[in-house]
Amino acid sequence: MVLVKNGQVASDYWQHIEDTDPLPQAGAVTISWARWLSERDSITRGPSELGVRLPNTIAADDVGADAGRFGLITVTYPNIGDGRAYSQARILRSRAAFKGEIRAIGSVVRDQLQFMQRCGIDAFELPEKALTEDWLAALSEFDLFYQPAEDSRPWIARQRHGRN
Amino acid sequence: MYRYDEFDRRFLEERVAQYRDQVRRRLIGQLTEEEFRPLRLRNGLYLQLHAYMYRIAIPYGTLSPAQLRMLAYIARKYDRGYGHFTTRQNIQFNWIKLEESPDIMADLASVEMHSIQTSGNCIRNTTSDPFAGVADDEIEDPRPYCEIIRQWSTLHPEFSWLPRKFKIAVSASAKDRAAVHVHDIGLYLVRNAAGEVGFQVLVGGGLGRTPIMAKVLRDFLPKQDLLSYLEAALRVYNEYGRRDNIYKARIKILVQALGIDKMRDAVEAEWSKMDHEPLDLTKETIAGIYKHFAPPAYGKPERDDDAVINTAIAADKKFSRWLKHNVANHKQPGYSIATVSLKPPGKPPGDITADQLDLLAELSERHGFGEVRVTHEQNVVFPDVRRGDLVAFYASLASSGLGTANIGLASDIIACPGLDYCSLANARSIPIAERLGEHLAAREEEIGPMKIKISGCINACGHHHVGHIGILGVDKNGEEFYQITVGGSADELSAVGIIVGRAVPSDEVNGAVDKLLDVYLAQRDDGEDLPATFRRIGMEPFKEAVYGTR
Ligand code: SF4
Repeated sequence: MVLVKNGQVASDYWQHIEDTDPLPQAGAVTISWARWLSERDSITRGPSELGVRLPNTIAADDVGADAGRFGLITVTYPNIGDGRAYSQARILRSRAAFKGEIRAIGSVVRDQLQFMQRCGIDAFELPEKALTEDWLAALSEFDLFYQPAEDSRPWIARQRHGRN
Repeated sequence: MYRYDEFDRRFLEERVAQYRDQVRRRLIGQLTEEEFRPLRLRNGLYLQLHAYMYRIAIPYGTLSPAQLRMLAYIARKYDRGYGHFTTRQNIQFNWIKLEESPDIMADLASVEMHSIQTSGNCIRNTTSDPFAGVADDEIEDPRPYCEIIRQWSTLHPEFSWLPRKFKIAVSASAKDRAAVHVHDIGLYLVRNAAGEVGFQVLVGGGLGRTPIMAKVLRDFLPKQDLLSYLEAALRVYNEYGRRDNIYKARIKILVQALGIDKMRDAVEAEWSKMDHEPLDLTKETIAGIYKHFAPPAYGKPERDDDAVINTAIAADKKFSRWLKHNVANHKQPGYSIATVSLKPPGKPPGDITADQLDLLAELSERHGFGEVRVTHEQNVVFPDVRRGDLVAFYASLASSGLGTANIGLASDIIACPGLDYCSLANARSIPIAERLGEHLAAREEEIGPMKIKISGCINACGHHHVGHIGILGVDKNGEEFYQITVGGSADELSAVGIIVGRAVPSDEVNGAVDKLLDVYLAQRDDGEDLPATFRRIGMEPFKEAVYGTR
């Protein structure tokens, strides 16, 4: 697995804790959304040490006010065709005003990276071959876009009228 | 018509480069066929029975002469000299090589065309009324909104991986020529009580296995809200549409499951939570797109127009028939809307040769302002023919086999490619259409307006559900049979046809249709089309005519 964050290969300092394992005393961990719901009152870690793994069947609005408790939210792509996480990511950025890392996990496909990025996803778990096959180039395949999204890049209708 | 600016052009160059690289990665084995498939589909490339099929978008049906000539060039260079207009204002080529597909895409880009999102589970080509901008009964030109939707939906980062395909149609006339009711989202331009023009929004229409007519999602949507509202509806669908069963994944099933009221609540709730501002259509955005669709410089009617036409009517029965069936009223005095039939008796519906494409290009320059429209009924509309030119126009068509006078008649049959090309088919559609069209041509004048539609399988690309007479290919123990329905219609009174009885083998289709038509002719009241007669007299007489009394 290769982690790419903000367009660069990065190392993963988060530990991803299974529901059956105890939480370590310190260090950055992610837990499942279900565990968060059942243990939220007893969890005292700050956002820099707490992340949550969001299944793609959960309405992102349900994260709502909790978003500030997390430093990382992972969103899941079970396969190339299941695009629910795109909406989740956008809602997390636009409505929950989530500023932490949103990481795509699961079946993350090269040719979808730029869609994901535009929806506000800033980190990706990629297969090893991503390095040899230069997957990062996919992040800049387009520099023109027909619609606004969660990235700050201009979009064409605005550019036409000379605004960004 | 819409002309690309530097942004559109550069965007498309980026898309061509991306696709070329995807094909390269496939060819060197970096991508498996399974990985490549969704990528090629989003560029319109299907793997069919014999070869790749390439589907090219014709946004809301409009083509320029340069585009027609490019399609002719593609037909000759990469295919077998012809193409096929589909029931969704696209054109398909059936004999394509994967290796050459990026070159085709680059050729298309040079004339401001593409194949983006012509397949795959994403927002497809937005379709419209082929008479848009020239119809005498429209509230406002729908094409600018189609173009706005085309741009917004193109590589939409959130909605490119939906549960299933998503089709949008826009119409602006009381007479629906865009089959709005059978789309995932249908938009009618309407005027509200205050006199403002906006959209009535329909949702959840579709054919296929579960034919359903769309329901009203919102009675009146102000224009400026078009994109934010669409985005809210698509988001609800993306989140809640079923993904566990491909046959239950269209938005119509979600609407059915929730009920239209809950669906409306969900969309309105999402819409109220969204930040609309970035998507608001400002007056200047709308005006900027509208400019592209300004009416051409129409001339004044000539004094002797009617004399020329009347002489020709008296002298030439064929011309007068063509005039009656293929020519419609234009909002501009002195002009007509002429439809070129791609349904000559005995030929595959919607097929067009490279030479014919070239001819249409030339004629559109000579008799019009360089624009044609392809229709979802697989014909080609010339929107601006001077009345005085109709005689000469017809003569050019007739001399090239394009003079068939059957628009809206029994031999103007819609048919999907069927088993001759399509890997999903149960049965052939084209030969059935060819034989039936040829057979009915002799009596179609007597029959009058009649819509016959044929699909080779339940996916219903031939829209058989909404044919006055619908014909569906089914497989019975490896043999091709045809199930016949009556009473369907795709206009503003849309209805799904009802099955008459057990399916019949191919050589009995003509006879069965004849019997249905006999009942209709014997029982119709003045001015009734078949669906109206069917509503009045019910199934029994039709059933009895075909299958006898039990
Ligand atoms: S209706 Fe069936 S046979 Fe016809 S084109 Fe569609 S999928 Fe193919």
